[in-house]
Amino acid sequence: MYQTLRQIARVGVITETPPKPADEDIVAARLQEDILRTLGRALTIRHVDAGSCNACELEAHALMNPYYNVEGLGIKFVASPRHADVLLVTGPVTKHMAIALRRTYDATPEPKLVIAAGECACGRGIFGESYATFGAVDKLLPVDVAIPGCPPSPTALLQGILAALRAAAPPPLRTEPTLGEEPAP
Amino acid sequence: MNVAPLGLAGAALAAEVPAQRAQVSSGQLLTACRLAWEQDGRLVALWGSDERDRRRGYCVRVVVEDGDGLTMLEHTLPDAEARYPDLSPIFPAASRMQRATYDLVGIAAEADDQRPWLWLASWPIDQFPLRRDFAASPKWEPGQEEYAFVKVEGEGVHEIPVGPVHAGIIEPGHFRFQVVGEKVLRLEERLGYTHKGIEKRFEALPLLDAGRLAGRCSGDSTVAYAWAYAQAVERIANVTIPARAAWLRALCLERERLANHLGDLGALGNDGGFAFGLAQFSRLREDVLRTNFAAFGHRMLMDVVVPGGAARDLALGQIHSMHDEAERIAREVLELRAIYDEHAGLQDRFRTAGRVSQELATKLGMLGLAGRASGIARDVRCDFPFAPYDALNVRMAVETAGDVAARVAVRFDEVEESTRLIGAITGALLDPPAAGDFRMELADVPADRLALGYVEGWRGPVLIALESGPDQTIRRCHPQDPSWANWPVVEHAVIGNIVPDFPLINKSFNLSYSGHDL
Repeated sequence: MYQTLRQIARVGVITETPPKPADEDIVAARLQEDILRTLGRALTIRHVDAGSCNACELEAHALMNPYYNVEGLGIKFVASPRHADVLLVTGPVTKHMAIALRRTYDATPEPKLVIAAGECACGRGIFGESYATFGAVDKLLPVDVAIPGCPPSPTALLQGILAALRAAAPPPLRTEPTLGEEPAP
Repeated sequence: MNVAPLGLAGAALAAEVPAQRAQVSSGQLLTACRLAWEQDGRLVALWGSDERDRRRGYCVRVVVEDGDGLTMLEHTLPDAEARYPDLSPIFPAASRMQRATYDLVGIAAEADDQRPWLWLASWPIDQFPLRRDFAASPKWEPGQEEYAFVKVEGEGVHEIPVGPVHAGIIEPGHFRFQVVGEKVLRLEERLGYTHKGIEKRFEALPLLDAGRLAGRCSGDSTVAYAWAYAQAVERIANVTIPARAAWLRALCLERERLANHLGDLGALGNDGGFAFGLAQFSRLREDVLRTNFAAFGHRMLMDVVVPGGAARDLALGQIHSMHDEAERIAREVLELRAIYDEHAGLQDRFRTAGRVSQELATKLGMLGLAGRASGIARDVRCDFPFAPYDALNVRMAVETAGDVAARVAVRFDEVEESTRLIGAITGALLDPPAAGDFRMELADVPADRLALGYVEGWRGPVLIALESGPDQTIRRCHPQDPSWANWPVVEHAVIGNIVPDFPLINKSFNLSYSGHDL
């Protein structure tokens, strides 16, 4: 136990300042606030591997390491599409995964966002379009944000997730009545 | 393997490791496999090819490895109606390979189990993608396959279907559990969901560019695949790459092993309920990936190994920083290992979970890391060391308990060894003998030659069988991931364990879906 505590103390907090969404100049410290204002709670993401080579998955995993620490920002990967705001889809969409992907999408409650992550999901992957693949996520689902990269770095993934969030910001999904104001009849 | 007693003449087969090939009749195929089995041989690969354009029907190729190297047995079938002998009574792992060969090429073994394996109703069942006259139609719609899972019956038995979409950031696959209470009576895997037609895709790419595709068969093993592919191209072209290129490749391969093992050690701690481990090891993994990016321009080292050498050289400062980083990681991991070893809760989860005895591992023909955790002392880097491993004296990590704890211990030992190797390799890269070019141009690659690439990736041996076509094209390329041999073992490893231990056991194998489904 002493060794464990010593190691925790020795490493300290190494979490870095999150990146800005690619093309917007927002103050990084407001990210959490943005998530809260838009959703009123954590942003939940359901990942679907639609035939990726596993490189995109490894980079999505890296988002949870102490350097990026996205859970600290209020971004959570969840185990069921029914709990998700966002579907993060990787891979060229194999024909074998088409039905499962469609069902996952249908099981995700509205309003929902779809992010296509990685070159394959964006339609520029090396596997192309063939008897076995659709070749892009937007062949099957409406895509809100596309994140290029083979694989996209954790920073690129995070930028894409934040861009999707900001695109979805107006109108707010949930409004709290302000104290002292009469609720509309 | 000495094939002379079978009345066969083994011909040389181009590869970096000792290799031979032999044409066999169906009877000889069986006796050769039996002989290989008796001599501690293991099945590495089995695939089919359409040879009708050469007026030779179809060809089944089987690669076995024993202490002497690789032996490729080639058996010709006059037409698609002809069957080849079922090899699964000798090598159980052959069963799925045979089924996949039927799905893709349309030639079948004389086996009882003729269920599809990679076919999941996305194309007509009488169409075979790897036939030369295959033409895909845009009219084909993905369908729902009715797969004949084996059922267990009896009082209190119920079934848990899981996947293909899993409850985490993981590759897709389907698992069907038959359980009583919490106890697993039987697990049946159904894979193939990530099948993206890689073997067919190879045939559309120029031979010298297709290393990029090879490096994306399984993204976590991109260096191993790219190196195996490059080996095959270089053996066909019959060239020797510059010494510095080989050192750079080994540096990448060991860094890939290091990064994956660190990631797994963290995930295994987490699956054992020790989140501290995930935080610590994922931090170290990120350090390795960032250094990769600074040095090679890619966090996972994709496209760094290319036919002819390496895509880029390292600056002096980067060699030094990799050297120092390896020392620091070795030191930190040693401390973390002591914490894991002394954590009673974690050890309670690790020990005896998902046990595969050496006897079972031998019988099922396990490969790679998981095999070494069950006492199968095989490692291409030690058994058939090609440059620069011939100068590195890799120490093989072997355990015998065969449980999750043993697979964790092998990873710890291999992290230690890989950091040592990175130290030695960076030292060599600073030395004059390894100075000079890091890449050579490959101009003319002859047509109609077959060569093998064989590299010990972090998961186990990766094989690439490459056959060149005219004008720098690919006639046929077959990659085989070690996961083919080890996936069936997971079904055995979980028997008698409780359902909540499955994620831990599965992670301790950490097999590839993409590299398997292709």
